[in-house]
Amino acid sequence: MDLLYSLLLGFVSVVLINNLVFTKFLGICPYIGVSGRIDMAFGMGLAVTFVMTLSGSLTWMINHWLLMPLGLEVARYVTFIMVIAAAVQLVEMYLKRFFPPLYESFGIFLPLITTNCAILGLCLFLVVWGTGTLIEAIVLSFGGGIGFTIAICIMAGIRENMQMVDVPQSLQGAPITLITAGLLALAFMGFAGMI
Amino acid sequence: MTTTPDGQTGLYKDAVANGLWREMPVFGMLLGTCPTLAVTAAVKPALTMGLCVIFVLVCSNIMVSLMRKGLRPHVRILLFTLTIATFVTIADLFLRAYQPVMSETLGPYVPLIIVNCVIIWRAEARASNSGLILSIVDGLAMGTGFTIALCTLAVIREILGTGRLFEIQVLPTTFPAWAAMGMPVGAFLTYGFVLGFINFMKRKRV
Repeated sequence: MDLLYSLLLGFVSVVLINNLVFTKFLGICPYIGVSGRIDMAFGMGLAVTFVMTLSGSLTWMINHWLLMPLGLEVARYVTFIMVIAAAVQLVEMYLKRFFPPLYESFGIFLPLITTNCAILGLCLFLVVWGTGTLIEAIVLSFGGGIGFTIAICIMAGIRENMQMVDVPQSLQGAPITLITAGLLALAFMGFAGMI
Repeated sequence: MTTTPDGQTGLYKDAVANGLWREMPVFGMLLGTCPTLAVTAAVKPALTMGLCVIFVLVCSNIMVSLMRKGLRPHVRILLFTLTIATFVTIADLFLRAYQPVMSETLGPYVPLIIVNCVIIWRAEARASNSGLILSIVDGLAMGTGFTIALCTLAVIREILGTGRLFEIQVLPTTFPAWAAMGMPVGAFLTYGFVLGFINFMKRKRV
């Protein structure tokens, strides 16, 4: 019961309070670039969640069971980025072979994810937070993906409505997106007192 | 650079102008936004981050330029990433040894240089098809442009957020420090408004 409670707490914390986009500034590039339409944003979010859960748990296992006993922490970054690249490649091949419709709907997002800093960022934050058990790592990385999806979908919704708004010409495009993100970050700060 | 034939100097000038203004990574191309937002709460970490990026960018440009003849298309990106990751590890270990406090402040944003699109963009667009010297110049120019952008944001945020610059009081002590400037909100808003301001100036000139 205690374990369940702490896992739930960790999940809520990583989704709302330590949201990767609004408090850690990770995955801003797709956030600015892609989030024009809700369905696209949702697809992107799902793909990121999937890869993030996979690579988060994989890198945790490699870090704890391979690198740390062997004293190879120096090679951590090189290993992590290779694991992520390989995971993305594997997922892509697997989906293409066995779930073509899903592969179609993820589209170009999958290869783009390798260089999405949210994935590597989350793997590194798992180390910084001192995640102790595998199940914790899985829950936290899944939560990170969900948090990213929520953020990118909210943003897409706002931007869909913003097309009908008269924005000052100099602020159109990226500037107004960033300002909106700032206001959303302000709103997400309200969750800080929850835990 | 005295040995450079005349036709080449134009290329170098172009590389410098692109890095510092025309294709300036942060304000011109909107690349490398994560560190831009994350480390600019104060000038010192921003400057450190900028120097790290210059180091990694120049080194990876040198390596990529040296091995450009042997590159194969399908393993290209993987090789770039591995080169960058190696140099980032070096920079991170150096920082941890000589600037432990700063290393603590920057946290995982130093290793996140690996996925900074600016570096892989320069490896792809410049170093993989041009000579050693031009790649180095390009790396220096782009890195400096990136650092200048980071510092611009950091100066604004630090002055408004704490009333101080490099821990020296700049604004009168009666100035109510805007705590929000040091938080994520301040990062997004400052970046947005500075971008808007640059757009405004550009449109005015046309």
